[in-house]
Amino acid sequence: MTAAIFYALVGIALFCTGLFGLIINSHLLRKILAINIMGSGVFLVLVALAKRTENMPADPVPHAMVITGIVVAISATALALTLMLKVVKETGHATFPDDEEK
Amino acid sequence: MVTQTAYLDIPWGIILILLPLVGAMFCFLFPRKVKVLGLITNIGITMSVFGLGWQLLEQGIYRHSVGGWGAPLGIELYADGLSMLMLTTTALVGFAISIYSTSYFNQTLAVRFWPIWLCLLAALNALFLSADIFNLYVTLELLGLSAVALTALTGSKEALTGAMRYLLATLLASLAYLFGVVLLYHSFGSVDLTVLAETIKASPAVWAAMGLMGTGLLLKTALFPLHFWLPPAHGSAPAPVSALLSALVVKASFYILIRLWFTLFEPLMDGDGVETLLGLLGSAAILWGSVQALRQSRLKLLIAYSTVAQIGYLFLIFPLATSVGSVAWNGVAYLIISHALAKSAMFLSAGNLLHYGGHDRIADLDRVVQRLPLTAAAFGLAGVSIMGLPPSGGFIGKWLLLEAALANSRWDLVAVIILGGLLAAAYVFKVIGHTFTQAPVTHEAKSVSASMEWAALLLAVGAILLGFLYVPILSILEISEIAITSGGGL
Repeated sequence: MTAAIFYALVGIALFCTGLFGLIINSHLLRKILAINIMGSGVFLVLVALAKRTENMPADPVPHAMVITGIVVAISATALALTLMLKVVKETGHATFPDDEEK
Repeated sequence: MVTQTAYLDIPWGIILILLPLVGAMFCFLFPRKVKVLGLITNIGITMSVFGLGWQLLEQGIYRHSVGGWGAPLGIELYADGLSMLMLTTTALVGFAISIYSTSYFNQTLAVRFWPIWLCLLAALNALFLSADIFNLYVTLELLGLSAVALTALTGSKEALTGAMRYLLATLLASLAYLFGVVLLYHSFGSVDLTVLAETIKASPAVWAAMGLMGTGLLLKTALFPLHFWLPPAHGSAPAPVSALLSALVVKASFYILIRLWFTLFEPLMDGDGVETLLGLLGSAAILWGSVQALRQSRLKLLIAYSTVAQIGYLFLIFPLATSVGSVAWNGVAYLIISHALAKSAMFLSAGNLLHYGGHDRIADLDRVVQRLPLTAAAFGLAGVSIMGLPPSGGFIGKWLLLEAALANSRWDLVAVIILGGLLAAAYVFKVIGHTFTQAPVTHEAKSVSASMEWAALLLAVGAILLGFLYVPILSILEISEIAITSGGGL
């Protein structure tokens, strides 16, 4: 197993962990963190797979894509956190209304 | 002649993306002038869309390499008949909603609404002009974030939780889509749709990419059973925002889905498992969404569930159409635009009723026909198109789908299409019935401004007029390289 494949597998594992966390946690902050972990997983796969063969230099295009992805992820997280604070201020809970009933 | 060629040389595609962004920035800088700035931007967009349309008719498919950098490295803009129709619909629906919004929002909300709405418009235009899957990801995210911000605009409890749910769903969907992009790029070394279409071969990575991108886009398009986020978000947002979300935003992810499907994945398919599954989910969405709509007691939720049902019709394209330009394909393209016009008209009239009576409980609508005749007419006409009665745009779309289903002897889909129409009639008439009768609870009525009533009515009349524009619309749709270069597949 090459280092690139190892990192890619770790990335897939992170993606799945994040997805699992997003589904089972009811606290909004945990959901937002889970989305971020999923994002890191995708970015890791993208960066790792850029190195196609051992001897060749890595493909620079995925790195540019990751930078775009990170910018998007930061803005999305900022919006999500602001929205979460507003939800807490309005409702007093950091969960969705129907999650409280369960 | 000189001026004509100069007009044809203007890169309208770039203007369509840059103008709303510049407009949004100016709205942000000059909060007192937002309404004027917003309207000017929208007029500019409508004119640019006509410019691009003229270019398309004169010169065929539109391609533009941004900054002179071509496909493998740079970003290419691309427009064919389908993108053109989507851009035109966006511009016209957006223009009507803009007129409506100048009277709907008070100054505090207007300052927040206009910059985000113009960002949303830029994202939509960029999405319909994109030709590579990574660019589509970026535009999807821009679209999702501005749509969420618009949903949360009023800051009420329902709006905020609806927006939060929407945000988590849309972020999850974008990440799944991005993962698919990663796999496709790794396998074939390009993100350009045309290059990918030539090099793509069936492999496990392609199927994984299809699954991830497909699931992400289905979640964004809110296909049953992934529609859980749509009714709360569309039901609690301000009326013009609900109209934008239902008419344009869900169509954008569906547009990407059919683009990817017909250029990349459909030619690779052996069996018809995926088509059958999507057809089944579509049929389930039609029936479930319509029944849910019928059970709602609040008007905006009824319209939101009706969107879930109408989205189901769009997914009948997968079992019925085998190539771009077939009968079912045209039918779905027709349904996309007529639903955009009709649904935005419905949400705007719901906004009028809400503004007028201070509530949107269907049972308490008090003799609206006499008091707000234009709004009631708008709702009725939009309902005609949603039900699929002639001579509306919805009728042509559903008729073409029905024709394709009959030609393929898919009697189950024929039954679903007809049943969906009947259920739609039931929920539309449920509302119309209450607009004629006196409500048990009378209420203080607020006046509704003329521009709000006329914007809704014009959209509804547009949805009906589409029924007469069959030939020109199909001739625009035919501007497509896939339909010309291939008889069956690529």
